[in-house]
Amino acid sequence: MSDKMTDNNDKRRYVSEVHRRQNSKNYAMLAVLGALVVLFYVVAIVRIGGAG
Amino acid sequence: MTEAAYRLPGSGQSGVCTAGPADFLVLLKPRVMSLVVFTGFAGLLAAPGSLHPVLAVVAVLCIAIGSGAAGAINMWYDRDIDAIMTRTAARPIPQGRIAPGNALGFGVVLSVGSVMVMGLAVNYVAAGLLALAILFYVFIYTIWLKRRTPQNIVIGGAAGAFPPMIGWAAVTGDVGLGALTLFAVIFFWTPPHFWALALFRNGDYEKAGVPMLPVVAGPVETKKQIILYTVLLIPLALTPVWVGVAGWYYGVPAFVLSVAFLGFALAVWKDDSDRAAKRMFGFSILYLFAVFTFLIVDTAVLDAFKVTG
Repeated sequence: MSDKMTDNNDKRRYVSEVHRRQNSKNYAMLAVLGALVVLFYVVAIVRIGGAG
Repeated sequence: MTEAAYRLPGSGQSGVCTAGPADFLVLLKPRVMSLVVFTGFAGLLAAPGSLHPVLAVVAVLCIAIGSGAAGAINMWYDRDIDAIMTRTAARPIPQGRIAPGNALGFGVVLSVGSVMVMGLAVNYVAAGLLALAILFYVFIYTIWLKRRTPQNIVIGGAAGAFPPMIGWAAVTGDVGLGALTLFAVIFFWTPPHFWALALFRNGDYEKAGVPMLPVVAGPVETKKQIILYTVLLIPLALTPVWVGVAGWYYGVPAFVLSVAFLGFALAVWKDDSDRAAKRMFGFSILYLFAVFTFLIVDTAVLDAFKVTG
């Protein structure tokens, strides 16, 4: 009985840890994509302006 | 059941990738990247001509990402020997935090992305050189040479020597003699740098079956080769002055640093313990940073003279 409870607690802790890492990875991905949008926009403006 | 029993390796049985952003950052070999970015930036500044600051930032960013991507592919390929070597055993793939396939995909996507952005935003010569550097590091060094010959880092060292040339090409759109001199400095710096490391990590390389020079030829021959390359580096470090890329604000410190580097190499020759090799390895990193810092300072001084003159 006690073993089963410990087992469930460990499993829950593991799943929440995986979710936490997935969440942080998703936010990092969002930040990278946002940065790329800004970067491409700025590069386009610079190139249209005749630089490079 | 303990928590460890639930730890899935990378994208293990569940197919879910359990790695966090920090693990992917480690795949990019940030410490190597810092040296690559710095030398690439120095090449960009030393090149004749000018580049819009935004495009310069993009060029340096592409060099950084391209170098990191090659590092990720290297970690994917070398995951078996990384698990054996103490120095690399804590990397995300041998630790099971990232699945090998994920690392490979990450590296390939970033490689293609960095080359494409470099081509579209900066120019195609810089993009071509970046692609060549990545392909050279992955196919020539990692896959072909690293496990086959003690000359692995002599020839493979070319991959690490590309960044200043890429930075140069980003500005000029071609590869001039000046860019080649910067390439040569890093090319001849790489063997003594890695052999100093291999001298005090000899056991690691031997265990993993990597034929580094100390493993194959022994420490005495390695120390001879280290001295040979550091001697060659003294005139080579001055070639940027001779071809007019830099002045004596670079030349004098570069000469002094190169002689000091030779001093460290001679200390390694005399020392039977690992101490001198460790010191030389530490100094080799400082050497490259310092030489390229003086190149940047010299370029700034030359530019200032041009403005005031």
